Amino acid sequence: MLLTCADVRKTFGSAVVLDGLDLSVDEHEVVALIGASGSGKSTLLRCINLLTEVDDGTITLDGEDITNPKINPDVVRRKIGLVFQSYNLFPHMTVLDNITLAPVKVHGKPPAAARELAMEWLNRVGLADKSGSYPDGLSGGQQQRVAIVRALVNSPRLLLLDEVTSALDPELVGEVLTMIRDLKGDGMTMILATHEMGFARQVADRVAFLDNGRVLEQGPPAQVLGDPVEARTRQFLARIIEAGRL
Amino acid sequence: MSAEIHRPSDLQLGRIAYRRGQAIRSVLLAALSTAVLGTLLGVLITGAPGWARVKQSFFDWPIAREYLPEILEGLWLNIRLFVVCAVCALALGLVAAVLRTLRGPVFFPVRALATVYTYTFRGLPLIITIYLFAFGVPGLRLQGTPNVVVLGGAAITITYGSYIAEVLRAGIESVHPSQTAAARSLGLSYRQSMRHVVLPQAVRRAAPALLNDVVSMQKDVGLISLAGPIDAIRAAQIASAETANFTPYVVAGVLFVLFALPLIGVTDVVTLRAARRQNAGN
Ligand SMILES: Nc1ncnc2c1ncn2[C@@H]1O[C@H](COP(=O)(O)OP(=O)(O)OP(=O)(O)O)[C@@H](O)[C@H]1O
Ligand SMILES: [Mg+2]
Repeated sequence: MLLTCADVRKTFGSAVVLDGLDLSVDEHEVVALIGASGSGKSTLLRCINLLTEVDDGTITLDGEDITNPKINPDVVRRKIGLVFQSYNLFPHMTVLDNITLAPVKVHGKPPAAARELAMEWLNRVGLADKSGSYPDGLSGGQQQRVAIVRALVNSPRLLLLDEVTSALDPELVGEVLTMIRDLKGDGMTMILATHEMGFARQVADRVAFLDNGRVLEQGPPAQVLGDPVEARTRQFLARIIEAGRL
Repeated sequence: MSAEIHRPSDLQLGRIAYRRGQAIRSVLLAALSTAVLGTLLGVLITGAPGWARVKQSFFDWPIAREYLPEILEGLWLNIRLFVVCAVCALALGLVAAVLRTLRGPVFFPVRALATVYTYTFRGLPLIITIYLFAFGVPGLRLQGTPNVVVLGGAAITITYGSYIAEVLRAGIESVHPSQTAAARSLGLSYRQSMRHVVLPQAVRRAAPALLNDVVSMQKDVGLISLAGPIDAIRAAQIASAETANFTPYVVAGVLFVLFALPLIGVTDVVTLRAARRQNAGN
């Protein structure tokens, strides 16, 4: 197992968001996290990235307990890429500088090599001509692809994607989906939180349904989305179908 | 889209001509009203019963010419002092601002110290600070006490550092936490995210207010005269005492304005640009 979350608990004040959650992810596996808004998908991803401290339980990455307080979170984060729903590109830097910042400052790559790698990736996702632009000159889909590239150039062991398509127009979703499908082809291990069941069905090896702070049901997309065992999952999917998102 | 030159229709040509006519009319009207107001003011002042005396004691050309070199020499001290104080105050303000934003109980003492500093020196009148530094510190009779220029400069630096700290802190807190989260998620340390992600954005946003403080500092370096060294204002004071005439002060005042003009211009441009950026949305 590349990542194991065991009995993870997280509360905000009196609100219990994660309540003894268990989840394991194998190398090269793509897991889609689904669940109602507020079910804790983003919170779980932030816990894995150590942006939020867990209240109990352990998270193990590559056999190492990363919830151990003695560990340096900066070192752990170098192995995990996180892409936010709202892109969070740095507005005062060009696309190229956004991408090369971490390779140069964190991983000590020579700037020229970092730029070369960044351009390779930008070429791959069709954004080479935007390397000198600032984020506010890019469309949402372009910004999101830059944000993904920014995480990827650090060669993370695990990539966390938080609703990377939810802020995009339907026509822009395609660009990002193509990119993620390509990454899956490369063997990247990913956890993606999503409201797009179609997306989960297409790219995920496994779908995990979050409910009441736990993984209530998980399995192959066809089974969880097509023939769920749990009544709560069926209810959730019924509401999604009503909203026209399946 | 074709690149060939579009020929405007007669309708559009008519509109352009009309707009140009309107613009010319507005300019003429504005020029006229300004001229009228200026003339009125001029007549009012020069026609006042005491104008002859005021002119004699404030605008005496021979006196101005005679003392200009000394006042200019004094201004050179103000300029040097300003440059050193501005650099030091920006550095001090930056440190205090960053210290005030540190979170966690470990940093409570430094945070408290930085807070006390900014509160105290924003409240304390600069004149009193200068007196305390320039006359109080030498009173301690410590070995190696620096001269009054350095002490007065320190007073100005410390006072302005506290203003600058608050402006920068507001800038730092206006940068959305998601920016820090993004930086940290890439593996940057707290210091690195501050240095490469938060501070550049904070300084940009705070630039108009920062520059305003610096402009204000530019004239307040004149208060160093209170501590005794011969700067432009002190030189004017001496000249005024010698001639029993206020013209030297007017000369010093004009020189201070001229010295401030470039930076005021820069501040104007930066403020305009910031406003435009804000309106363009993020
Ligand atoms: N910093 C915080 N302080 C207090 N409450 C928080 C905080 N972050 C998240 N929460 C709460 O935790 C719960 C889970 O939030 P989370 O963002 O993880 O949900 P989500 O599954 O990602 O939802 P969505 O699908 O809308 O993105 C919510 O009820 C939210 O209000
Ligand atoms: Mg979320």
